[in-house]
Amino acid sequence: MAQYVVRRLLLLVPVVIGILLITFLMKALIPTDAVTAMYQGQLSEKEAAQAIATLRAKYHLDLPWYQQFFIYVGDLMQGDFGESIRLRKPVIDEIGYRYVNTILLTALSLVIALVLGLTTGILAAARRNTWLDVTATTVGLFGISMPAFFFGLLLILVFSVWLRILPVVPHGWMAIILPAFALGIIEAAPLSQVARSNMIDVMRRDYILAARARGQSEMALIFRHALPNALIVVLTVVGLQIGNLLGGAFIVETIFSWHGIGELAVNAIQWRDFALTQAIILISAATYLIINLVADIMYAWLDPRVELVS
Amino acid sequence: MAAGIRSPHTLLDIKGLRTQFGSGRNPVNAVQGIDLQIGAGEILGLVGESGSGKSVLALSILRLIQSPGRIIGGSILFDGKDVLAMSNRELSGWRGRDIGIIFQQPQSCLNPVRRIGWQVAEPLRQQEKLSRKAAWDKAVTLLRSVGIPAPEEKALAYPHQLSGGQAQRVMIAVALALRPRLLIADEPTTALDVTIQAQILELLRDSCRDFGTSLMLVTHDLGVVARLADRVAVMYAGRIVEEGPVAPMLTAPSHPYARGLLDAAPRLGQMGGLRLRDIPGSIPDLSQPMPGCAFAPRCELRANLGLSACLGELPPFIPISEHHAARCWALPQADGIYSTPMTMGTRA
Amino acid sequence: MSTVVLEEPIVAIIPRWRVMAGKLLRNRAAVVGGSVVLALLLLAAFAPWIAPYDPFKINPVQRLKPPSFQHWFGTDEVGRDLLSRIIFGTRYFLLICLITASISATIGTLLGLIAGAGSALTDSIIMRIIDILLAFPYILLVLVVVAILGPSLWTGMAAVGIAGIPGYARLVRSSVLTVKREDYVTSARALGASDAEILFGTVLPNVMSPLIVYLAFATPLSALIASALSFAGLGTQPPAPEWGAMLVNSRTYLFSAWWAVAAPGMALFISIFGMNILGNGLRDVLDPRS
Repeated sequence: MAQYVVRRLLLLVPVVIGILLITFLMKALIPTDAVTAMYQGQLSEKEAAQAIATLRAKYHLDLPWYQQFFIYVGDLMQGDFGESIRLRKPVIDEIGYRYVNTILLTALSLVIALVLGLTTGILAAARRNTWLDVTATTVGLFGISMPAFFFGLLLILVFSVWLRILPVVPHGWMAIILPAFALGIIEAAPLSQVARSNMIDVMRRDYILAARARGQSEMALIFRHALPNALIVVLTVVGLQIGNLLGGAFIVETIFSWHGIGELAVNAIQWRDFALTQAIILISAATYLIINLVADIMYAWLDPRVELVS
Repeated sequence: MAAGIRSPHTLLDIKGLRTQFGSGRNPVNAVQGIDLQIGAGEILGLVGESGSGKSVLALSILRLIQSPGRIIGGSILFDGKDVLAMSNRELSGWRGRDIGIIFQQPQSCLNPVRRIGWQVAEPLRQQEKLSRKAAWDKAVTLLRSVGIPAPEEKALAYPHQLSGGQAQRVMIAVALALRPRLLIADEPTTALDVTIQAQILELLRDSCRDFGTSLMLVTHDLGVVARLADRVAVMYAGRIVEEGPVAPMLTAPSHPYARGLLDAAPRLGQMGGLRLRDIPGSIPDLSQPMPGCAFAPRCELRANLGLSACLGELPPFIPISEHHAARCWALPQADGIYSTPMTMGTRA
Repeated sequence: MSTVVLEEPIVAIIPRWRVMAGKLLRNRAAVVGGSVVLALLLLAAFAPWIAPYDPFKINPVQRLKPPSFQHWFGTDEVGRDLLSRIIFGTRYFLLICLITASISATIGTLLGLIAGAGSALTDSIIMRIIDILLAFPYILLVLVVVAILGPSLWTGMAAVGIAGIPGYARLVRSSVLTVKREDYVTSARALGASDAEILFGTVLPNVMSPLIVYLAFATPLSALIASALSFAGLGTQPPAPEWGAMLVNSRTYLFSAWWAVAAPGMALFISIFGMNILGNGLRDVLDPRS
């Protein structure tokens, strides 16, 4: 097992370097560099030229790109993600608590998506071609076609305005309910489809026929024989699904004023605050990478067919 | 009516069984009116080429036909109980306990994420209500009895760690775990290496003999039948065309199709100068109505004798000897042809 | 045992596309989805004649009016007719679909073909890059490009298009690798066809089915992301009647004028839904496994 994990980690090295290069290049590719953006229109031309020269040196913008890259990676290693031009403070200070918020939101919506998606998917597969299956499939299609931002607004309209179950500006734990459901319900749809099609696929296999021929009841076939097989496949999708949740957080956080890194990213891009944007993208990509690594390792651990020793 | 050997006790009694696939205008009639009996302790070989409906018949007996297929007529009595009238609950109790089946691809019949021991023990725990420990111990014993080496360790293995032959041994152990009274083996050795086939067949025969289990051996391989069967039924296009004791069936079959099968089978010792013969033509489209003998369009005998009845009317079973009968219009008229020993290569 | 076919069955030779078209027309999902797409095309083509008002005409007297006989979908916060804006919005929607799909599908397919058919070195270089791009969640990749190019209609479309490339490349590459092993490719090679002939004459047509199905599902997803970008202020900018952008200002009036949110939201939802069920229909017809 340890050997497998090490091998899997080694495979990640080029990907990590690639991600670092991309986030680094983001800055290089941007037409106006950060310093120019910082003082645009605020100082006289002469003052500006002076300030820019000092700051260019300070941020190593006068060095060749590869040296800048090593300085960038070196800074990251020391936990230095740069300074936000707009917020005038280290990026890490702003991102810290917002990252926790985003993880909370993503985790809760994942739970909602899993519970809803798996139960409907498995039920639909077990009662294939009945009204239950048709309903689940149709609702799933609705979920896939529903823009997250519109769905979020609908939830506010229904629960806060019409039904008045939740306050319009919720505080504390209440604030996470609607965004989590907005994300969770939407992501439940593709999960449900994957669970359904995998269950149907597994239920067609010979070993299910053979188990049925041994007198196993339908319930036993579904839960003891088919489900473990189907879930292993679903697990691989869940890893990717979390990417959608992280991505969806950008929109949903904006709508519900949930102070996570998604909301911050949207603002950072509009502010042209590149250090901030860069850091958020890097952290999100790293999170996604780690989640998929964990999913892969779990998959290898759960599926006996994956040989752990090479 | 088929002239089955009446053993003292008829275990399985099928009458007029019909199974259909698909719906709409042209459903496929995979099994069209089968009468078949299997006696207690008997080994029946059911022979036919692929597409003849023999596997569908096997699944129909266990009521394992899945939509869009369905049984549309006839009756199946198992020890006097009406199988077609059983509820799902009754079927669950009956399958495994009284009747078992093993399939062609043993590897794909084992659940890939469950340990071998778990799979052998499962029927014991579910149906015999044995404890986890007792079921596992019995599973290990069963694995040993089907010739799995180091069964304690192999019980902990997963299916992909087994060879094809071992997997089929495990399948036999699972199928026989509850000592059913009838085992259906659908092409049990077809997917295995030739060197393993004989061992598996022996294991099947010996296990069935030890447990007093009847065996229905479904195969396209006459060699397999010759080794094991007491009695043979030949199937073509959803019907049984000839049925009788193994000796005359494998030396002098009466139905032109059965003869064709025999001519097409390679036999040791004859490979030298003789050519194998194939049967010209292919299996008919089972979604089209066939009023006559399904083999008639391919039948050289019909062409040689110029028989007109074959295409128009289904021949009845015509007795050849006490327990031997065939469905062929040529039988009453062609006495001489069938009494002569088989000749090879007449077509060439 | 081998058998000899005596009589060849007589089958009228019908072109494959006509068989497929016939199947599509009998597929309920495809017909419903196709109708939605057709309606979008017609609305976009004849928008100036169909729309009752000028979509940009501000009318402060008529601001935030609920749906009525004069304004079927109501009016927005500056008194513009929502129905007219929705109708003109189809043009943006289809433009976004067309541009994003063209960028992702063309570049992605080319990369996939090169990787799948090229040398081991080209393959591994392309695939390492694809792997790195796929290490970003889809929306994050879009944001990377938007952050570099700056927010606007065109950069938003380019960003969504570029972010879609890795998906196509990976699909096409794996299809090519599968097809390459098939006997008909081996026999084409045995008959002396050149690599390019094999790639475009034999391999590409056999990759088409999965490609079309992928296109049918990826395009509405791209449109969804593009409109989400506009909604977040990172894509099309108001006052353009793009459905996502229409929500930017009207969401402030969610509590008093729900119709200003519902109209563009529903338009987007119905369009995407239509495209998705068209995709379902296409998959049923083109994918022999389902």
